[in-house]
Amino acid sequence: MVIADLKPLEEIKESIKGYKRVLNVGCAGCTAVCLAGGQKEVDILNAQLTKSFKEDKESIQISGYTVERQCEMEFVAELDHIKEQYDAILSMACGAGVQFIAERFPEKPVFPTLNTTFIGVNRDVGWYEEKCRSCGDCQLAYTAGICPVTRCAKSLFNGPCGGTQRGGKCEVDKDVACAWYEICERLKAQDRLDNITKVRVPMSWQNQKQGTLVLEAYKDRYAK
Amino acid sequence: MKSESKLEKLLEAGEFVITGELGPPKGNEVSIIKEKAEMLKGNVDAFNITDNQTAVVRMSSIGVAALVVQMGLEPVMQMVCRDRNRIAMQSDILGATALGIKNMLCLSGDHQSFGNQPFSKNVYDIDSIQLIEVVKRMRDENKILDVEEEMEGDVKLFIGAAINPFAEPFDFRPIRLKKKVEAGVDFIQTQCIYDMKMFREFMKQVRDLGLHEKCHILAGVTPLKSGGMTRYMANNVAGIIIPDEIVDRMVNAPKGKGAEEGIKLCCEQIQELREIEGVHGIHLMAIEWEHRVAEIVERANLLPRPTV
Repeated sequence: MVIADLKPLEEIKESIKGYKRVLNVGCAGCTAVCLAGGQKEVDILNAQLTKSFKEDKESIQISGYTVERQCEMEFVAELDHIKEQYDAILSMACGAGVQFIAERFPEKPVFPTLNTTFIGVNRDVGWYEEKCRSCGDCQLAYTAGICPVTRCAKSLFNGPCGGTQRGGKCEVDKDVACAWYEICERLKAQDRLDNITKVRVPMSWQNQKQGTLVLEAYKDRYAK
Repeated sequence: MKSESKLEKLLEAGEFVITGELGPPKGNEVSIIKEKAEMLKGNVDAFNITDNQTAVVRMSSIGVAALVVQMGLEPVMQMVCRDRNRIAMQSDILGATALGIKNMLCLSGDHQSFGNQPFSKNVYDIDSIQLIEVVKRMRDENKILDVEEEMEGDVKLFIGAAINPFAEPFDFRPIRLKKKVEAGVDFIQTQCIYDMKMFREFMKQVRDLGLHEKCHILAGVTPLKSGGMTRYMANNVAGIIIPDEIVDRMVNAPKGKGAEEGIKLCCEQIQELREIEGVHGIHLMAIEWEHRVAEIVERANLLPRPTV
């Protein structure tokens, strides 16, 4: 899922300063699951903002509304009938959700409350790890299910650089595993090391312009 | 001849070569380059020109290498994959060869988080092994990547790369060298060697794979300056292994004699390395110690340097 993290309160405050009625929109999708932008986080953030503005003697009214997923237009459309009550919108979704809200209500200023950090996994409660950079050409087949694009700090394709530290740690951070060390060890254990003994040719990067995917079965439907 | 470089000629003639290192200045003061070059001149056969090493902004390796060519000396231009995509790399290679640069070293590069621009965006469009293939294609087929049309002119480069026998996973390191050989590398410079036993074992694996006959291996040597430096390197520098007996020897050197002990040790290491089958030279990385290179090379009985 998409992992996100709350921006500093001051940054959020600065973005909505001067607006009188603000709607903070939560997302019950990924950002709710990673405890960053669901209904509960909307309530907490709104209470903090209200308190802080009050201390500054600024008058502002902040309400909350959580939609199922901000990355689906039908859910975002739920806001159509209440948008007129507000002069600015905060979004607690990932960057995709923020943009979909801004697109739906082009006349309203829309501000993010989260930093979208990565596509990752939930290692344990409150512990997330990045696993995918959505490169568009999945390499995991020959790398024993360990992504060199995401997990190697240099996104190398032909084995570990010379900086691997003792115990198989990355040169950048001794608390982070060297992805290529793990790839070598896992392939060796599976007797598949020959997967990485031949030179891998340069990547055809697929993520260098905005991606759009229309499924084959729907092509006629969206044909211009 | 692939490149007509002095380094290639010496290695093909079977000479035991010495490459040195000339770190570009943190500024555009040319006199600093001249000063360092003068200290190395006649003591090493070619100079590596580092490419923003440790991710600290310095004068470009191409710029310094071109200046070194103008001084009548032989540079090895380093190029890292951190800062350039395949367009910039190939373009810079064409420019570098036009400026008379005949040797290059293909490297991954230190991560930007180590340097003075830690929040920069790295590139890593291609990796160091893919870069070797790109350069070989430019040289041998006169073509750039993915384009069948031949270029005008003639790219002549002696292609180098690095290898670190002292970084985990140890058993993959000879395989990684084999990949570099298959990609088309002509010479290899190793990470600095202190653990001679481990390096001998690495070289045995290299010979078993027949790689010592397919590329020239230059053994990396860095003289230790003091007990403090030795201890720091042993504990803090990723990918370097310094055995306890060397740490002890350096730490226990009499006060004020650390540098002398380091040079003595370095000369002993060079002698040992010369005797290892498949080692065709040394890469002497005297970091900010260019003024001691002449003494080291002389005491290691490597003077006068051969001519071509």
